[in-house]
Amino acid sequence: MADNPVRLAVDIGGTFTDVVLETPAGRVTTKVLTTPAAPEEGVVEGIGVVLKLAGIGAEAISLFIHGTTLATNALIERKGAKTAFVTTAGLRDILEMGYEKRFEQYDFYMDKPEPLVPRPLRFAVRERISARGRVLMPLDAEDLRRAAEAILAAEAKAVAIGFIHSYAHADHERQARDALAKLLPPSVTICVSSEVCPEIREYERFSTTCANAYVRPMMAGYLNRLRQRLDGMGLKAPLFLMMSGGGLTTLDHATRFPIRLVESGPAGGVILAGRIARECDLPAALAFDMGGTTAKICLLDDGEPERARRFEVARIYRDLKGSGLPVRIPVVEMVEIGAGGGSIARVDAMKRITVGPDSAGADPGPACYGRGGKRPAVTDANVALGRIDPDNFAGGRIALDAKKAEAALSADIGAKLGLDRFWPAAGVSEIVEENMANAARVHAIERGKVIDRYTMVAFGGGAPLHAGRLAEKLGIRRVLIPVGAGVGSAIGFLRAPIAYEVVRSWRVPLTSFDLGEGNRLLTGLRDEAHRVVSAGSGTSPLTETRLVDVRYVGQGHELPMVLPNRALVGDDLPDLRRRFEERYRQIYGLALPQMVLEIVTWSVTMSTILDAPARISTPSATSVAKPSARRQVYEPALGEQVAMAVYSRPDLKPGAALDGPAVIVEDETTTIVPASFTATINQRGDIVMEARHGR
Amino acid sequence: MADNSLKAIRMQVMWNRMIAVVEEQAQAILRTAFGHVAREAGDLSAGVYDVDGRMLAQAVTGTPGHVNCMAAAVGHFMKYFPVSSMKPGDVFVTNDPWLGTGHLFDFVVVTPAFIGGRPVALFASTCHVVDVGGKGFTADAHSVFEEGTLIPHMRLRSAAGLNEDLLGIVAANTRNPVEVRGDILSLISCNDVGVERLLGMMAEFGLGSIDELAVHIIDNSREATREAIRKVPRGSFAAEMSLDGYDAPISLKARMTVDDGEITVDYAGSSPASNFGINSPKCYTDAYTVFGLKCAIAPAVPNNAGSLEPFKVLAEPGSIVDPQRPSPVTARHVVGQMLPDMAFGCLAKAMPDAVPAESAGSIWVLAMGSAHERTGDPRFANATRFNVMNVGLGGVGARPGKDGLSATAFPSGVGTIPVEITEDQSPLVFWRKEYLPDSGGPGTHRGGLGQAIEIANSEEAPFTISAATFDRMRFPPRGRDGGKPGRVGIARLASGKALPTKATHVVPAGDRLIVELPGGGGLGDPKKRPLARIEADIADGLVTREGARRDYGTD
Repeated sequence: MADNPVRLAVDIGGTFTDVVLETPAGRVTTKVLTTPAAPEEGVVEGIGVVLKLAGIGAEAISLFIHGTTLATNALIERKGAKTAFVTTAGLRDILEMGYEKRFEQYDFYMDKPEPLVPRPLRFAVRERISARGRVLMPLDAEDLRRAAEAILAAEAKAVAIGFIHSYAHADHERQARDALAKLLPPSVTICVSSEVCPEIREYERFSTTCANAYVRPMMAGYLNRLRQRLDGMGLKAPLFLMMSGGGLTTLDHATRFPIRLVESGPAGGVILAGRIARECDLPAALAFDMGGTTAKICLLDDGEPERARRFEVARIYRDLKGSGLPVRIPVVEMVEIGAGGGSIARVDAMKRITVGPDSAGADPGPACYGRGGKRPAVTDANVALGRIDPDNFAGGRIALDAKKAEAALSADIGAKLGLDRFWPAAGVSEIVEENMANAARVHAIERGKVIDRYTMVAFGGGAPLHAGRLAEKLGIRRVLIPVGAGVGSAIGFLRAPIAYEVVRSWRVPLTSFDLGEGNRLLTGLRDEAHRVVSAGSGTSPLTETRLVDVRYVGQGHELPMVLPNRALVGDDLPDLRRRFEERYRQIYGLALPQMVLEIVTWSVTMSTILDAPARISTPSATSVAKPSARRQVYEPALGEQVAMAVYSRPDLKPGAALDGPAVIVEDETTTIVPASFTATINQRGDIVMEARHGR
Repeated sequence: MADNSLKAIRMQVMWNRMIAVVEEQAQAILRTAFGHVAREAGDLSAGVYDVDGRMLAQAVTGTPGHVNCMAAAVGHFMKYFPVSSMKPGDVFVTNDPWLGTGHLFDFVVVTPAFIGGRPVALFASTCHVVDVGGKGFTADAHSVFEEGTLIPHMRLRSAAGLNEDLLGIVAANTRNPVEVRGDILSLISCNDVGVERLLGMMAEFGLGSIDELAVHIIDNSREATREAIRKVPRGSFAAEMSLDGYDAPISLKARMTVDDGEITVDYAGSSPASNFGINSPKCYTDAYTVFGLKCAIAPAVPNNAGSLEPFKVLAEPGSIVDPQRPSPVTARHVVGQMLPDMAFGCLAKAMPDAVPAESAGSIWVLAMGSAHERTGDPRFANATRFNVMNVGLGGVGARPGKDGLSATAFPSGVGTIPVEITEDQSPLVFWRKEYLPDSGGPGTHRGGLGQAIEIANSEEAPFTISAATFDRMRFPPRGRDGGKPGRVGIARLASGKALPTKATHVVPAGDRLIVELPGGGGLGDPKKRPLARIEADIADGLVTREGARRDYGTD
């Protein structure tokens, strides 16, 4: 996409819509308020702002990339379409039974997430496919007709069809879709599980399909309105949508599979981190993104994040795993915890400070916002510790009240623990940083990675405040704060390829399976992915990645292994086994040569090729930066307040160097350089913090 | 002041870190375990201890059956291997049901952590391995000797390396030697992870010992628990329960005494130990009893020596809740998982509005296998041989102010296994897996529904089903405060024949197995249930019209 000189990216978040415009002359950005009732209004407003800043017209834009949390929010707030679910007779409660497990053992009051489709809208149809894809019972047309009548009577706007073992044999689902399409008005959207998520495990497949159907009418409506508004303002550039897996897709495809758009914002941030890792030659990069409600951590090796195919949306209980709706879609593997600027702090029965996962949000917001929030949040602690200058928050647009921050911290934390002055705030920040460090450590060990070898790339409004301390806790020696950290996700959108992954479950032992059948399957997946990607990429060259998930027979956890981009031959199998055992040993410390391996899932990803990154050299200090002021800031590693030098980021030119402890201030965020670090500005303007020797 | 403030904050950070460390330990087992019970159901545990054997933190991942077992297990190890005798590189192991976690399937592995040759802490972990020989996962054995191989407290590793002699004995006595070895090695490596993390933390905070931290954790947790117990009225409260048992009904009796910040539950008067493997060793009895009490009284206090100290459990040696060697114990959960309902039964008399009604309780393990080999029917000479396990979960009791959860495990922390996974591993077909209308106990708050599961062999060949863990087929989960019992569980053939509890049955060629899991008990008078709720249940098909007339008196 190097031939697109003027590129626009828009990321709709819960509170703000971030807009980035890149032209040959440089980059302009803005944040406008999200307009939930008609999100395209905010988008159009933001585009107007950046066009004006850049002094160009809408017709000059050659590419528009868009990401949005609208689908996620519709699932969280249950504001999607009235949806019906048509499934195999005898199994209509699978969608509600879920894992049949309590995700919080000690709370007998806990409730499981409500299914998106209530029982009266779940229709049983006689049919049966076996695990081997054999028809045990034909599809009953009369049952389908009755279901259609009931769906009509209930005025459902979307229908999900999910039959057992449809990943192995999709004919019944297709027949049911065709039959229902004839019986229902064309305005009713129909999704089938063998297209949305052709993978084994019925609950997760059904849940994904219902979620897709549930958000589709709303997302299709929004995307079509947006396209019309863009056309109306003369913005004719092609529109691509950011997906949770880190790739872009066409408007048409996004309209059919909107569930793949959830978590697109965080994926954009990770892509930015990957690009920076390549440019700065970081073989191991840890992306740390901290916003108002959560923090996200992702590990990238050679600029590539790990990928996963399972995600949980709309968690209803303290962010606990199992309390949300599972969706099986390609996602960037990351850990997300309820630790953001708005996360609320309190003292529990054991006199321990706990932080989050509940958030003060934007309204009332932390106590220091002065909008009626009485409970102390992480931002209040940062104000009380001197890390945030209350008079210059968000470029001075939002005045913060330090007194209110201190009062809330004193009442809810200090009074209960016998801590005075800044100590309650010190406790809150230490705990939130410790929580993030613990999540990062667990995430790394789950992948057999050694975390202190990583370079941290920190972005999002809250990350630069905590990045230095988090690095100290993790033993990380280098931290990079990119330019434009505050709108990192939208910048990342502009670095994403057009890409699509197609997945199929087919379980075979690695020792004995029909290679011909495997190759036919791979070719089919490739053709499907190619069709989706080339709809947007035209004749651009594409890369192909073939993956299989492999595991020991009897174990539950698979490892993704790369296959060659050609027909499989017999000799590939021992090589696959060797590579699997190598990776297994790396993660688990041992391999089991006696055990049989099996392939569980097959996937092919087609992707456009990104232009090679420009290399940014390691910064060398050429000048000593001059502080603009000094202020008292708490230094956690020293356990005391110290007078820190304050620098203005716009004044720091490439080559400028400074020693911690220090504060670097810019409009969207503040960077804290701990006493154990020094900082230098690289040629692109990123802050590069390095641990002092002998730390 | 500054020093004390900083110290207070660091103490909290370190406590958080300890909990994170044991969680890492548990996740490591979860990922690498071969035993499906460990992996799918989370039947595992991990914890860290001070050098006096006091548990300081236990992973939340895992199942309640290990709560007190694990707290006590390390103390038993220290009797055989005093801490002063431990050397760097040492790892110890046992699967003794009485001194570990209640049956031979659970291997407990303990690893000391050292600083400069001096022991500073111990890590312990356990998981349910695939097979330990003997009669396998049934309740049919008459003594522990028939249930498999017992490994007494032994050294599993030393600085010189693994004890391959011991691993050889384990491997020679299981049907799945490779997987079991893999599971034991994964316990060793997860403890190593814990040791490394703890030593990292001690270096970061410049600690030479964790004694002060241990006191902080234990004292605060004990005090928080005592404070919560002080909200329970003092006095003595009793409960009784009947269970189907194996060959004869079981009677459980409990008397709970609430003192100043202390609770004792005494099971005196309960049935003697069974001749079949459904006995609950004392450590397991302690675990599920305390789990029930903690759920109701102090759910947020983390498990450690301090939070468990105020709870005491007594039982008569030789009873079904304190069986002595060599009583069989493999299916210990049949009795053990009913004990939270005993705790709730006692508490209901002290705090009437604070506990749920009875639940389906013990999970029904659906262990199924091909049977044509045994019957020798020539029509099925080429039928598929298989051996699979699924789980049947019934209804949870109604909760104060809320209906009970339908088809959900309680108190066990397990979940179900997907139909597609079981069918992929066998020729079985689940023709039905659906809520069972009218099975939830009627009440102002309705009990959770059980479910009906109907299974056939797609090859029409016969197959076996072990009913070892099926209970509450005769005595249903009871309601409270005027709430009615949930429906009893049923096991039968589609052709009509009822399958009695506990034994192993053959589903004949062409027939189908039907299991109907018990529903949870109701809470409060059904007549007081708002009509709108009853109508909603009817609209959802959870209660039938006739059921509503019969159970709620609607017209």
